[in-house]
Amino acid sequence: MAHAFRVNGRAVSVEADDSTPLLYCLRDDLGLKATRFGCGAGHCGACTVMVDGRAVQSCDTPVWSVAGREVATADALESDRIGAALRRAFVDLQAVQCGFCIDGILMSARALLAVDPDPDRAAIARALERNLCRCGTHVRILAAIERAAANLRKEAA
Amino acid sequence: MSAVPLPTSITANPRLSAWLAVRADNRITVHSGKVELGQGIVTAIAQIAADELGLSPAQLDIVVGDTRVSPDEWYTAGSQSIEVGGAAMRLVCAQARGLFADAAAARLGVPRAALSLADGVFRSADGRAASYADLAAGVNLDVPVAPTADAGPRGPSLMGAALPRRDIEGKLGGPGFLHDMVLPGLLHGRVVRGPDHGARLVELDLDALRALPGVAAVVRSGSYLCVLAEREHAAVKAQSAAQKHVRWAAGPARPAFGPIAQVLKALPAASETVHESGRPGGGGVALNASYSKPYVAHASIGTCVAVAHMEGQHLTLWSHTQGPHFLRAQVALALGMAVESVTVIHRDGAGCYGHNGADDVAFDAALAAVRTGRPVMVTWSREEELAASPCGSASVIDIDAALDAEGRVAKWHARIRSHTHIKRPGWGEGINLLGAWDMDPPVPVPSPKDMPLPAGGGHRNGIALYDFAHQKVDYHFVAESPLRVSALRGLGAFANGFAIESAMDELAAASGQDPVAFRLKHLDDARARAVIEAAARRAGWPPGAAGGEGRGRGIGFARYKNRSAYCAVVAEVEVAEKVRVIRVVAAVDAGHIVSPDGLANQVEGGVIQALSWTLKEAVRWDESGTRTRSWEDYPILGFDEVPVVEVELIDRPGEPGLGSGECAAGPTAAAVANAVFHAIGVRVRDLPLIPETIARAIEEQA
Repeated sequence: MAHAFRVNGRAVSVEADDSTPLLYCLRDDLGLKATRFGCGAGHCGACTVMVDGRAVQSCDTPVWSVAGREVATADALESDRIGAALRRAFVDLQAVQCGFCIDGILMSARALLAVDPDPDRAAIARALERNLCRCGTHVRILAAIERAAANLRKEAA
Repeated sequence: MSAVPLPTSITANPRLSAWLAVRADNRITVHSGKVELGQGIVTAIAQIAADELGLSPAQLDIVVGDTRVSPDEWYTAGSQSIEVGGAAMRLVCAQARGLFADAAAARLGVPRAALSLADGVFRSADGRAASYADLAAGVNLDVPVAPTADAGPRGPSLMGAALPRRDIEGKLGGPGFLHDMVLPGLLHGRVVRGPDHGARLVELDLDALRALPGVAAVVRSGSYLCVLAEREHAAVKAQSAAQKHVRWAAGPARPAFGPIAQVLKALPAASETVHESGRPGGGGVALNASYSKPYVAHASIGTCVAVAHMEGQHLTLWSHTQGPHFLRAQVALALGMAVESVTVIHRDGAGCYGHNGADDVAFDAALAAVRTGRPVMVTWSREEELAASPCGSASVIDIDAALDAEGRVAKWHARIRSHTHIKRPGWGEGINLLGAWDMDPPVPVPSPKDMPLPAGGGHRNGIALYDFAHQKVDYHFVAESPLRVSALRGLGAFANGFAIESAMDELAAASGQDPVAFRLKHLDDARARAVIEAAARRAGWPPGAAGGEGRGRGIGFARYKNRSAYCAVVAEVEVAEKVRVIRVVAAVDAGHIVSPDGLANQVEGGVIQALSWTLKEAVRWDESGTRTRSWEDYPILGFDEVPVVEVELIDRPGEPGLGSGECAAGPTAAAVANAVFHAIGVRVRDLPLIPETIARAIEEQA
């Protein structure tokens, strides 16, 4: 069954069973690797993408449900100013250890900053409720998101 | 020449040409056997190499973990990468620099001492130049590695330079991990496992398995079963659907779940006194306490993965193994192949905190590749990651101690009880690969054998560094374990650090002494004193500060393995219905620091990971097997639970670099437990410090 939707601004069509998680369509059919498998149950956030601007766990999202929608993945982080600012902040602060959780966290953060340009730490932690990190990079991650938000606000001013 | 023995990496790889090569564009490629686990070590070793060779970092390329070209440097484990891998790299690069300096002096007709070096170019005072590339044809690197007393001019120092990690950019927004590898014709494999280790496959309907939607091949040997499909999701679905077409018989009964001390003390142990010094005294406060630490899972965010391709008679494995050369030998052995027919190439996986499933899944992929003739990627599920991977061994530590009339420790008898903390492929005679254990015919399995002191396994950091008038340490080694166990970051140092530092605190409290002062009273080691004082000062530790009303502060200290990095941790907690850590200050002395930010990142990470172990984690099992099989069953520290973390690094230029990746765990656990005591006057001696445990301790000590 063919499923038509948009990914990172481009129209795509994927041939897959209806119930195939969006995660596998992105990784295997579209070759977009920055959305990652961590648990398959929506608990860890490594697979986080944005669908129509909202952060969702793509491992838990059947491909039929994104028909006609706008999907954004971490592969195109640089393509908008929020994503670019986040990436720059994470690199500047070296807010990465193994890096496996980071793309999913970047997407959760991107979704947050699009609606809340000045989040406090509690709001950021809430946005990362479904994102897990095992290496213990939490402190740097929170600081990098705050730094990106501050830089964006400065640019906009 | 110094009598310091050569790093083991050198004795294993004694030709200089194995370590580096100069390229025509004046870049130098160095080869290391230490691999990237997410800890930034490849960047640090490259930094050491560039520093020693007088190159700018951009001119230095590093290739790691490829059995075709990389030296065999044992495992990337045990906080040895700077101490041994870094030392080896420094030694070979110095030797190379010396050879090239001699050649430059000859080429330019000036004494070596008159040369300067920068960006890979040797220059004479009058500005004539000769680069590594210019000189390469005339310098023979196929010579034995030998320490060089004077390697000639050095380039500008890179030690302590803030160089960004080489691997970070590639891991953001793109195919930066082994999981992302693409090969034409790749099959996706998933292993179909029994309910528990040792379960036997007694019935299977091969036709039904082959007929599962999308299944392209089924691989079976004995109780080992793997399904493969062209489409990844079909393999995932087949992994669970397959259970309807197989029947398992349970493996041997395992020891029942219960409080750790009960579980461990019910099992037979082989006992040995591993340290004895001085004679026991007393006269003051006495302590008789038992501390416990449960089984802990690796719980990496990414699951283990491997890619394998059999081309002709040669098998290539891409793996995030910590020990590429060991994996190569073990897979060859398991599959009845010559070692020369197998190549292992390291690629980055998700975070690795010890012996996880990376080697096991490499076997899974290898067997499928050999049987199908297709390139194969096998990825573990979250369940396999949590339940089939080895865990960190549980420990129980009994401490029987006494002070003299002056409040100094006069007697200290520690009895440590634990399993092996290492069961890696290549450790012992036989094969340590999970899938191979299920094959028919069966493979020889090494019997459990722990790592001996001085590094130690269950007894790592079991000998307190303090100047005690008496110290006796016994290790009760329990060979049988209810769960599959092997190395987890820190090995026994986490449990032993928790126990020793909790006991120190209990003795201090019982004798009315400040915990910081009490520790300093027993330490002559200036570097140990320095980290304790630094952490206490930064944390604002006033002597004799009264705790209570739910808010408290505690300290923990250790020198990792009693010979690697020094670490002191102060934790501030708030205890209401659960323990909330508000702030952690860590002070670390890792010798001469290569990459301050890299080190700080590892220490912060070690602290936060240890907080998660301390506050939340314990693997649970019952007669049907491991029950903690998802993130819901096995929660780890979340973003809403992290404290402020401050890391203070004490740099020691000129001192050897000390392994620090594992140094924070024991001190962190103790700092938190000690802070809980300071906050609510209740001593908790069993990890994790979950609300039920705190509540029970409050009740018992009321």
